[in-house]
Amino acid sequence: MTTMSALADLLAAGRRVAGHRPWPRIEIDRADWERATALLGDGTLALSGLWGDAGAVHMAVATPAFDALAVVTLACPDGTFPSVGRVHAPAIRLERAAADLFGLVSIDAPDPRPWLDHGRFPTPPLGRSDFRADARRPYVFLPVEGEGLHQIPVGPVHAGIIEPGHFRFTANGETVVRLEQRLGYVHKGIDALMSGATLERAARLAGRVSGDSTVAYAIAFAHAVEAALGDEAPPRAQALRAVMAELERIANHLGDIGAVCNDASFSLMHAHCGVLRERVLRAAASCFGHRLMMDRVVPGGVATDLAAAGAATLRALLAEIGARFPELVAIYDGTASLQDRTVGTGIVGRDLVMHFAAGGHVGRASGRAIDVRRTPGYPPYDRLAFDVPVLESGDVDARVLIRMREIEASRGLIARLLDDLPAGPVARTLDSAGGGEGLALAEAFRGDVLVWVRIEPGGRVARAFLRDASWFQWPLLEAAIEGNIVADFPLCNKSFNCSYSGHDL
Amino acid sequence: MRKILLENLIRGRLTEPAPAASEAALAELAGRLERSAQRRLGRSLSIREVDAGSCNGCELEIHALNNVFYDLERFGIRFVASPRHADVLMVTGPVTHNMREALERTWRATPDPKWVVAVGDCAVDGGVFGASYACVGPVAAVVPVDLHIPGCPPTPQAMLEGLLALLETSAKG
Ligand code: SF4
Repeated sequence: MTTMSALADLLAAGRRVAGHRPWPRIEIDRADWERATALLGDGTLALSGLWGDAGAVHMAVATPAFDALAVVTLACPDGTFPSVGRVHAPAIRLERAAADLFGLVSIDAPDPRPWLDHGRFPTPPLGRSDFRADARRPYVFLPVEGEGLHQIPVGPVHAGIIEPGHFRFTANGETVVRLEQRLGYVHKGIDALMSGATLERAARLAGRVSGDSTVAYAIAFAHAVEAALGDEAPPRAQALRAVMAELERIANHLGDIGAVCNDASFSLMHAHCGVLRERVLRAAASCFGHRLMMDRVVPGGVATDLAAAGAATLRALLAEIGARFPELVAIYDGTASLQDRTVGTGIVGRDLVMHFAAGGHVGRASGRAIDVRRTPGYPPYDRLAFDVPVLESGDVDARVLIRMREIEASRGLIARLLDDLPAGPVARTLDSAGGGEGLALAEAFRGDVLVWVRIEPGGRVARAFLRDASWFQWPLLEAAIEGNIVADFPLCNKSFNCSYSGHDL
Repeated sequence: MRKILLENLIRGRLTEPAPAASEAALAELAGRLERSAQRRLGRSLSIREVDAGSCNGCELEIHALNNVFYDLERFGIRFVASPRHADVLMVTGPVTHNMREALERTWRATPDPKWVVAVGDCAVDGGVFGASYACVGPVAAVVPVDLHIPGCPPTPQAMLEGLLALLETSAKG
């Protein structure tokens, strides 16, 4: 059976929910939920999200090529559902989070430990009326047995200026035998803050799920809202959103390439990447009024138009990056001591990135040729041709090279967007009287962000779920470091640069 | 080629003149002088950064302080890995309940007398995340705060002005 027909079959089995756009949402029974789970397990379908709701659990599934998506919903009147993680590991942490926040118990779950709930909330979270008793007991790490093994616990507060999380390394001498992550430290309760929020406030929250991807999140949220309300932003706004998104991509890749090189004791690259990154942020501030471009993308359009002088500023920026960045790439390529650290380090196999549907450079460095700007695609990328680099070696080096090529691709994209900037308004007023449900994907610098939203008639958010690319990348970092030396962990970690905040919500 | 690049970097003189210490920060710090009276930090500060719940936007701009435009180290201000080596804690985020203990422990591990700087709107008053079951709220609800630097996120310029005020104040102490 083709993946398309498997999805179509599954959808035909359930009841389609009215007013869910642009992809369908289907209410299915337990038997079909198990069928969907089996299709995920055997790779016929890919998992793109799983989240709780009042008395129900939802799952976003896609064809492996991401050319078709759907949300399937299972009512859970008794608060339980058959575990998806039981046969499809990428669902495990999402199920643990759904249990924390909604009290939904996944039956036969392989890992029922709490995840975001560390037993410290003063009142029960979101959809729960009680505390999770097992979260109040000490967290039990996975057992490790073997001769000559020692454990190295790190965090939640790390040595550098980075987000908090706990890493437990089990090592044999210098070699890492296992890494176990414990996350959730920066859980802010974003799902709960979203419920009942006005669209304006909800957009601000969405733009702060992971600050480094504020533009991508704001775009995904705006698309989901616009889909739910059956509207879309004017062409000029769509083009300006993409200009901002590509600036954000360039800035983050520059920062991370510099940081990876810095961790390999090559600070020259770090300094130069830092200069270019600062140039991008200053151009963003001068053109759009904010260095990270927070709150510039809003449902219905954008908050700031680009003046003619702004376009000139951006063209000058592109010219500077075009003049300087190739030299940095040449230095990276020509520095043996750097390559010695990055080549062959932290390898992630193709099977794993396919299984986890891992987005961004993590997936594309290991042969997964998916970029949601292209497939399923969204405006204005659907009318632009652009390079989506893919490599096979799956190591730190490949993740750096992918980012380097993406900087080049983004530079080309911005140039063409500026050349062809549509005239007209940059925002329209959305009619939220009827409410609705929307789903959207946007490609952040680290991979695809999924946003699902239900809007009440009148325009308040009833429920929103935002899934960072990191959910399907963090577990692969555990795999990447296995068999590597402890000292290479920072390099591996930076080459991924998963979001803690985006994951912890 | 590296030589050329290095020369470019130096010839460009990208490092910018030092801004004046922030007036608002000086005013806030003035009332704190007594607490630091025993302390002479000289013209140097060691900072330990603690993300206590941030969206990571503030961290991006704290990182920028180290780029050649702001070049924090020229003022004798540097980031250190351990709270035991720190004079200053720069704390971001609405303190989450899941990070509260880690922040308290970091604060206790920092030798006295110490300064706490709350960086960003979230750290100042909880920001957009304040009213949640998962957040304690402002940093001052958990540890005493000497200086607030608002902004979402504050620009590197604003942080630099605040830190320079701290440097001036502590040097007078
Ligand atoms: S102040 Fe703004 S940038 Fe800083 S952590 Fe809060 S939301 Fe993020």
